Amino acid sequence: MEHLSGGDILIRALKDVGVTHLWGYPGGAALHIYDAIYRQEDVVHLLVRHEQAAVHAADGFSRATGEVGTALVTSGPGATNAITGIATAYMDSIPLVVISGQVPSSKIGQDAFQETDMVGVSRPIVKHSFLVTKAEDIASTIAKAYYIASTGRPGPVVVDIPKDVTEPNHKVLYEFPSDVKMRSYQPSDKGHRGQIKRAVKTLLEAKRPVIYTGGGIVIDNASKQLTAIARRLNFPVTNTLMGLGGFPGTDKQFLGMLGMHGTFEANTAMHHADVIFAVGARFDDRVTNEIEKFCPMATIIHVDIDPTSVSKNVVADIPIVGTCNSVLREVMLLIEQSSIEQDHDALKNWWEQIDEWRQANGLYTASRYEESSGDIIKPQDVIKMLYKVTNGKAIVTSDVGQHQMFAAQYYLFDHPRQWINSGGLGTMGFGLPSAMGAKFAFPDTDVACVTGEGSIQMCIQELSACSQHNLPVKIINLNNAALGMVRQWQDMQYNSRYSQSVYEESLPDFVALAESYGHVGMKVTNFDELEDKMRECFAMKDRVVFMDICVDRSEHVYPMHMPGGSMRDLWLSKTERT
Amino acid sequence: MKRIISILLENEFGALSRVVGLFSQRGYNIDTLTVAPTDDETLSRLTLTTQGDSQMAEQIVKQLYKLIDTIKVVDLTEGPHIERELMLLKIKAQDNDSRTELKSCVEIFRGHIIDVTPASYTVQIAGDSEKLDAFIEAVSHMGIMEVVRSGVSGISRGEKFIRA
Repeated sequence: MEHLSGGDILIRALKDVGVTHLWGYPGGAALHIYDAIYRQEDVVHLLVRHEQAAVHAADGFSRATGEVGTALVTSGPGATNAITGIATAYMDSIPLVVISGQVPSSKIGQDAFQETDMVGVSRPIVKHSFLVTKAEDIASTIAKAYYIASTGRPGPVVVDIPKDVTEPNHKVLYEFPSDVKMRSYQPSDKGHRGQIKRAVKTLLEAKRPVIYTGGGIVIDNASKQLTAIARRLNFPVTNTLMGLGGFPGTDKQFLGMLGMHGTFEANTAMHHADVIFAVGARFDDRVTNEIEKFCPMATIIHVDIDPTSVSKNVVADIPIVGTCNSVLREVMLLIEQSSIEQDHDALKNWWEQIDEWRQANGLYTASRYEESSGDIIKPQDVIKMLYKVTNGKAIVTSDVGQHQMFAAQYYLFDHPRQWINSGGLGTMGFGLPSAMGAKFAFPDTDVACVTGEGSIQMCIQELSACSQHNLPVKIINLNNAALGMVRQWQDMQYNSRYSQSVYEESLPDFVALAESYGHVGMKVTNFDELEDKMRECFAMKDRVVFMDICVDRSEHVYPMHMPGGSMRDLWLSKTERT
Repeated sequence: MKRIISILLENEFGALSRVVGLFSQRGYNIDTLTVAPTDDETLSRLTLTTQGDSQMAEQIVKQLYKLIDTIKVVDLTEGPHIERELMLLKIKAQDNDSRTELKSCVEIFRGHIIDVTPASYTVQIAGDSEKLDAFIEAVSHMGIMEVVRSGVSGISRGEKFIRA
């Protein structure tokens, strides 16, 4: 047994819990910890340029791998800069541990230099938080933090450590707990057997079913089970923005994304469904549209790990609390054992109806926008080109806005963890740092950050971190020289009064900017050169490439829910509606 | 309707603020709140009252369970239960008439006079919230100087109990 200082104990405990690397930024209250990092080689530290990016990078790593991401920041501004990243992870249930330095215990509450009540400030946006008061508690707290972050409904955990607790001259016995037990936290996983039986009966008797799945399928690695059930039952599947990749995007049973910018066929099928099998989704307001008009004919089966998500927005007829994986396994088992015969005629009619909707107004079968030509580059075509050039195999991260929706609609994700975006909080600035995290995890996979000139400028400083840590991500900047989604709403609801959504002549030369960080910059202004340039971009495996693509500013994202309507009430273009 | 929610909580740093924060964050009101350690000092027992229909109460209970420090949550109003609140009042009592009237009122409400000065009585009353409200109303014309209420504590009737 060894006696170590608090700083050394922290790093040793991180290693013992399985952490190989962390993203962070040093500062006064964290300096003992940074010195401990310097004196060892087991845990790699990646320096970012802003603490928000440290948390997003850890988050991107976690979303790409399913492991817990780790970030380290100092007190005060370091801690508050991390807040946006923590809130982003919280809204999308991403397991993170964020360690923050704190002013010495004796100074807490005295408005000391760089003091912020981190536990207080972060309280509404964490799964849990700890203030460590003595070095002896560090190892057990770290063990608990990772256990809490990664089990049940995952989420971010903050560990706030006052500077005196990591003091180098105060050494205590290092002991890493072999097992974490908490009497107040015992996440359940198996769903209620009786409820699952009812659900299976309802599914087998369904005439117009839709399977609606969300981020839970991705987080719980339950895609295989979902796909097997969907194929076995021959049911159509739609995914939420967070659930994309949970079911293969190119599968003929896939209806595309649902919700505000979901496909016509997915939203219309939901509206007419008699049974909705919701798994790992939470009936978000961006999915349901007006809640009173939501799916009037449907019996709703809702599977979720979090009891608070069940019957929060939409009352579930058959609620099942459990992990997606264990519940879906049980469902499959009971389907195989059941003697109930499916109504194949009804399902055949349902599929004919869905195919009719698809043919009439589908995103992928009908042209929902004018094609690109010459110097008119449609943003949708850029995403289609990205799909083509990367063979649909890239990990795609995105920022927030029109480009995010175009990426979600037109890049068909066949695999979970291939699509990484801030769905719940909608954080601009998320794309580049999360791409760094994903690239760190998968250095041999193409990682593309689909962004816009608005979002990218919220974390563009990380181009520098990409150089330092050799993270050759590709930036696909859909540059329409305006805050596209804001502008779209201003077009639709404010009579095209573009309040603060344009930059006049103030945008930087992104090519020169990328080059100044030592990267490759490319500007694309003509559709005819897009494919060649994009191929050139992805051929440069070991370089960060910033593709600044000038896209049509007038383009809107469609379909779009009409405010106050039901799922099927959609704008299909600027002039057509359902 | 009024809900009495009883929570058994780890007696940890920040645990109370997480419960209170949850209510403001989710848009629920807390009408009364009482908290103290139990016979096991690693645990706190917290009782709060709020208003809401059964769906809201269910959501509150589920949200409270979700807090990592929470061990048990019970909506006491769902079953037979006993509620008690303690109230201390300072009331003007300067002349014989008002002293006599106040004493008889205190007797009727089975309270106690626990402090006396030439100009005031301090009264202690325990009971459910409605009884305390009724006492306030009964003596309000006499000149209430100060009212201190503990907030509701509650326990279920019969052999059911809440323990870790």
